Amino acid sequence: MAFDANQMKRVARLARLRVDDEQLAARGADVDRILGLFAGLADAPVDGVQPMAHPLDINAELRADVVSEVDQSAVLLALAPDAQADLYCVPRVIE
Amino acid sequence: MIAPPSDHPLDLGLAACLKALVSGAIDAGTLIAESRRRAAAGADLNAYISLADDVPTQGQGALGGIPYAAKDNFCAIGTRTTCASRMLADFVAPYDATVIERLRGAGATLVGKTNLDEFAMGSSSELSAFGIVRNPWDRERVPGGSSGGSAVAVAAGSVPFALGSDTGGSVRQPASFCGVTGFKPTYGRVSRHGLVAYASSFDCPGIVARSAEDCAIVLDVLAGHDPRDATSAHRAADHCVDALAQPLKGLRIGVPSAYFGAGVDAEVAAVVDQALAAYQRDGATLVPVDLPNAALAIPAYYVIAPAEASSNLSRFDGVRYGHRCDRPTSLDDLYARSRAEGFGAEVQRRIFIGTYVLSAGYYDAYYRRAQQVRRLVADEINSAFREVDIIAGPTAPTVAFRIGEKCSDPLQLYAADINTVAANLAGIPAISIPAGFHEGLPVGMQLMAPAFRDAALLAAAHRFQQITDWHRQRPEVVR
Repeated sequence: MAFDANQMKRVARLARLRVDDEQLAARGADVDRILGLFAGLADAPVDGVQPMAHPLDINAELRADVVSEVDQSAVLLALAPDAQADLYCVPRVIE
Repeated sequence: MIAPPSDHPLDLGLAACLKALVSGAIDAGTLIAESRRRAAAGADLNAYISLADDVPTQGQGALGGIPYAAKDNFCAIGTRTTCASRMLADFVAPYDATVIERLRGAGATLVGKTNLDEFAMGSSSELSAFGIVRNPWDRERVPGGSSGGSAVAVAAGSVPFALGSDTGGSVRQPASFCGVTGFKPTYGRVSRHGLVAYASSFDCPGIVARSAEDCAIVLDVLAGHDPRDATSAHRAADHCVDALAQPLKGLRIGVPSAYFGAGVDAEVAAVVDQALAAYQRDGATLVPVDLPNAALAIPAYYVIAPAEASSNLSRFDGVRYGHRCDRPTSLDDLYARSRAEGFGAEVQRRIFIGTYVLSAGYYDAYYRRAQQVRRLVADEINSAFREVDIIAGPTAPTVAFRIGEKCSDPLQLYAADINTVAANLAGIPAISIPAGFHEGLPVGMQLMAPAFRDAALLAAAHRFQQITDWHRQRPEVVR
């Protein structure tokens, strides 16, 4: 397997996805096959070609620096898995 | 099996529904009630994730009294918007997508949210946390994806049109598999605000309907600038329904050999050849087109789309909304376990690939190079449009495949997008129209046009539907 367990763990960490140790080999083989699909890109005649990030030639728009949104904090907090006193709750991060 | 002719407006399409409402042949309440009844009766197809109870709007606006469905990745206030994911299984949208808002403003009534491949990542509608969607032409086959539920809802006659989203062919390929018309507008023509993001530089709200005329009616309601979408185009929208009536003088149709080549079933190619011959008999000219880099569209798309997905889906962290794991031991554990539990295998696969191609040391080799190839593919197509008005080919390389046949092999599923992703890379409009059958299963023909020539594209598709009746064929369904 070209994509080894350490690489798998590194990418899983970057992606914030838990991958169990027993899944590493299968997932690595999977990734290897998909990276094989990309091999054709290496030989593509792209010298001097500008990368295309977007289909439209658009510029970032600026709007007037005024408040345009109403306060929806109660609506949005109601969607949270765990919220108290108008705050999102997460596990303790400072001991 | 092809259903016998029906004169019910829901079986005839949107234009027929509007005509019946205007003439008084049916009233809005009856039409919407029948739509809801059919949606519920077709539960075995699993086209819907939830049925909405929007209050019917009677006869006001361009779509007054018309029922419709929306793919369950469009936010509609007060309805569940799941993206067919465990991650959002209980998420109730706090706002309307612009397209939903415009349809509501035009008097249309949302009757249900349709099933899809999770987060619109797939080509078969098998990858849903809410179960497999079945093709009404053969229930052992997939309806295509990711907007499979929308295509099935229209094909089975529960709604005259449905919203889908098209990132790499997700409206056109299921339309091809289900024998309906699927339209992807020019990128920026229809607002993405409220469409849950998958790959933002490709995502495009689309329309599934019985005909190009029906798509034009809906596009005229949806199109136009939206200040809430920074990528929404400022240019004025053409009036597409008016453009349908204009004669197509000397239509030049580009036919790339690459779209009929490796990976495309000979029988599917033959059906599309016959459809092109019908255009030719009607006065169109077929022009061979060379697209030497067409085969690079799939690898470029499957680098860029996962890269954008990995960024877009980072918002699902188990904190603000969506699935949260039980008893997290730390913030890192909360993130990683919530995401591993909430996302299905294909979504995780694409996040993983996207994270990798964007990571230090690999960015230039994959992501930057794929963006360069994107420009190659787009430039090549745009150059072809100097010689032709539209480009045609099979929408999908095969007819609908069997459930389970490809879902265990991602590369086989990705190959289903071989002819559709180029339109997303270039941001141009494209449509799939029914072109015939192979072994009792529908075959779709794709037409593409230059950016912002949406009206001309719909007119060309409409012309084909004036000289053929493939789009009027419906599958037999139990009601």
